[in-house]
Amino acid sequence: MSPRKKRDLAAGASGFVFAMGLGIAGMTQPLKVAAFLDVTGAWDPSLAFVMVGAIGVHLALLRVLKRPSPMFAARFALPTGAQVDTRLLVGAALFGLGWGIAGYCPGPAVVSVASVSPVTLAFVGAMLTGMLVYALAFERRPSTQPA
Amino acid sequence: MDTTSFTPWSALLGGALIGASASMLLLLNGEVAGISGIVGRLVRPDEGDASWRAAFVAGLVLGGVLLSVLHPASFGPSAATLPRTVVAGLLVGFGTRLGNGCTSGHGVCGLARLSGRSVVATMTFMATGALATFVMRHVIGGAR
Repeated sequence: MSPRKKRDLAAGASGFVFAMGLGIAGMTQPLKVAAFLDVTGAWDPSLAFVMVGAIGVHLALLRVLKRPSPMFAARFALPTGAQVDTRLLVGAALFGLGWGIAGYCPGPAVVSVASVSPVTLAFVGAMLTGMLVYALAFERRPSTQPA
Repeated sequence: MDTTSFTPWSALLGGALIGASASMLLLLNGEVAGISGIVGRLVRPDEGDASWRAAFVAGLVLGGVLLSVLHPASFGPSAATLPRTVVAGLLVGFGTRLGNGCTSGHGVCGLARLSGRSVVATMTFMATGALATFVMRHVIGGAR
């Protein structure tokens, strides 16, 4: 099997496990997310346990299975930036507002496409539009014509 | 307003699967399981190396299909009305790309790497998420 095929299979399997985790955890129920964020109301702290489980298992597996390079790729593609800048703060703030309004973050929204609920599909369509707006406004594309 | 019940065990189990998935993607492919980055770079597929991102998203949707067959109650309605949900989607899409991550990339993978940027981002989106929920549920109303 070509390395690219191996990477695609691994990514597909990883996405599948991720979706199962989100569903079992309750992340695909926006009202549960809203109840987690509703710290002054009928607070449901369950989703804090999702983070504890996810970070705990991720840390443990990375420690136990530590390797110099990934199995199917030449190197780890880890973010290198260390600076907290305005874009990070504004972006995270806007994301949080949207998350609090609808109760969807990107992963659960994509998984919930399978529920074919019109409002959920509208969320995903709007989210993709927001991502496209970002790409068009802020991402410099390689020029197709020599300068 | 609906109340939900405290479900720490299923939350821990689901979280453990998310951690396992993120570990798979990192140890096998060397990539961070940040959903907004994976999906957001697919919107402009000329980025290259799009096939694994498409495969990951296909896995997410396939998982959703299995959930909807085995346990349809996994899915609940949006916390907001349709117009507000659309505004929320725009904010989530634009905000996660501008801030370079969401609950998975910053909140799980970044925190596990003890990234200072991710700690700040996670505290920020938790705070504004709580603020939006507070306004929706206790100030203007209209939330479910």
